Amino acid sequence: MMAALRCVIVRDLLLAARRSSDVLTVLLFFVIVVSLFPLGIGPDPSLLRTIAPGVIWVAALLASMLALQRMFASDHTDGTLEQMLLGATPLGMTVAAKVFAHWVVSGLPLVLISPVLALQFDFPQELLGVLALSLALGTPVLSLIGAIGAALTLGLRGGGALLSLLVLPLYVPVLIIGAGSADAAASGLGGHAQILLLGAMLVFAGAFAPWAAAVALRISAE
Amino acid sequence: MGKKTGRPSLEAVDLHCTRGERRLFGALNFTLRGGDLLRVGGANGSGKTSLLRIACGLLEPTRGEVRWGGEDIRRLQEEFRRQLVYIGHADAIKDDLTPAENLQVACTLAGVRALREQIGEALRRLGLAGCEHLPTRVLSRGQRRRVALARLALSEHAPLWVLDEPFTALDAAAIDCVQGLITEHVSRGGAAMLTTHLEAQIAAAATLRIDLEAS
Repeated sequence: MMAALRCVIVRDLLLAARRSSDVLTVLLFFVIVVSLFPLGIGPDPSLLRTIAPGVIWVAALLASMLALQRMFASDHTDGTLEQMLLGATPLGMTVAAKVFAHWVVSGLPLVLISPVLALQFDFPQELLGVLALSLALGTPVLSLIGAIGAALTLGLRGGGALLSLLVLPLYVPVLIIGAGSADAAASGLGGHAQILLLGAMLVFAGAFAPWAAAVALRISAE
Repeated sequence: MGKKTGRPSLEAVDLHCTRGERRLFGALNFTLRGGDLLRVGGANGSGKTSLLRIACGLLEPTRGEVRWGGEDIRRLQEEFRRQLVYIGHADAIKDDLTPAENLQVACTLAGVRALREQIGEALRRLGLAGCEHLPTRVLSRGQRRRVALARLALSEHAPLWVLDEPFTALDAAAIDCVQGLITEHVSRGGAAMLTTHLEAQIAAAATLRIDLEAS
C-alpha cells in the first residue's frame, strides 16, 4: 500500500514538474495580488503593517482556489480515476496522497515566498515566522477542504464557479484564525492559541476530508 | 452455486440498469467461471459499457447484484478489486509520462509490483520497443491503446479481466497479440469479459454471449 501511495505522490510531482507553467501561474498570481495592495494603498507604513496578514492570507486563499480544479480533473478525463477507484489501495488513502502532492505543488511555494512578500508591507521581521507558520498549517487545510469541493464538482459544466461558491464559505474559519494569529502576535498577545487551533484543524481535516472526497469521487465517477 | 474447482466465479443476479429515463437492460443473469469467455454484444448505446462497469463495481445497478465467489462485490471491496483488471474506453494514460512510467503507475495502483525489465518486456510484446522513453503525447492513438493493454501482459495473477472494446484503434498485428494474451489468460483458467464488434478469435473452454438489445 505504501508503494502505491508513494507512486501517486511521485507521479503527481513528476507531472507538475513537466507542466511547470501550471505551478508558476499559481505562484505568480499570489505574488502579483499581494504586491498590488501596497501600490494601491500608497506609502502608509502603519496601515500596511496592519493589513499585511489579512492581505497575504486572502491572496493565499484565492491562489489555492485557482489550483483546486486541477486536482482531479485530468485523472477524471483520461480514465486514471477509474483505475484508482478499482485500485488495491483504499481510495481515501489515494486521495490523501494526491492532496499532499497538490499541496507541495500549490501551497508550499506560497508558504516559502510569504516572508519576502510581507517585507513589502514593512511587516515586523520577528513576526515573519508566525505568519509563515500559520500559512504552513493553514494551506494544507485549504487543500483538504478544497479536495471535497473539487471531487463534488468533477465533470460538471461550470464546475469552476460552483467550486468557489461551495468552498469559499468553508475557508472562512481558516482565514479568520490564520490571519488572526499574526495579528495577535503583532499586538503582543502571541499567536499560540491560533497556531494550535490551526494545527487542530489540520489534524481534523487530514483525518476526515480524504474520505469525504473519496465518497464524492465514487459518486462523480458513476 | 457457482463454486467450481475452487476458482471463484462472477455471477450476475437479476441485474437491472436504468440510466436517466432510459432502461438499458433488465433481469440479466449470467455466471462466468474460470476458463470462460463472455462476449457482450449489442448496438451502440445498448448498455455494454454500463454492464461492464457494473460488473467491476464502478456503477451501481438499479436492481440486482454482482457476486464474486458467491459474495456481493460491494461487500468484498478491495478483496474483489485486487483480483480484477479493468481496461475501459479511456486509456488511463498520461500524456506527459513515458509508456514505461504509465505502465509502472498502472501496475502499482493495481497493487502489482512490476520490475523495470518486466515493464520493458510487456511493452516489447505489444510492439512498443523503442518507444519506452518517449512522452506518450507523441504516440499515435493505436500506440496509446497498446500501452494501456500492455498491462494485460503483467496481469497473470488476476483471475478476472474486464475489457471494454480492447481492439479499438489497434492494427492487425496488435489485435493478434491481444487475442493471444486473452487466449493465454483463459487457458490458465482465468475468466474474461469483453465487448467488441470484431469476431475475436479466442479459444476458450466455454464462450458465452450476451446480446443487449437497444430499447
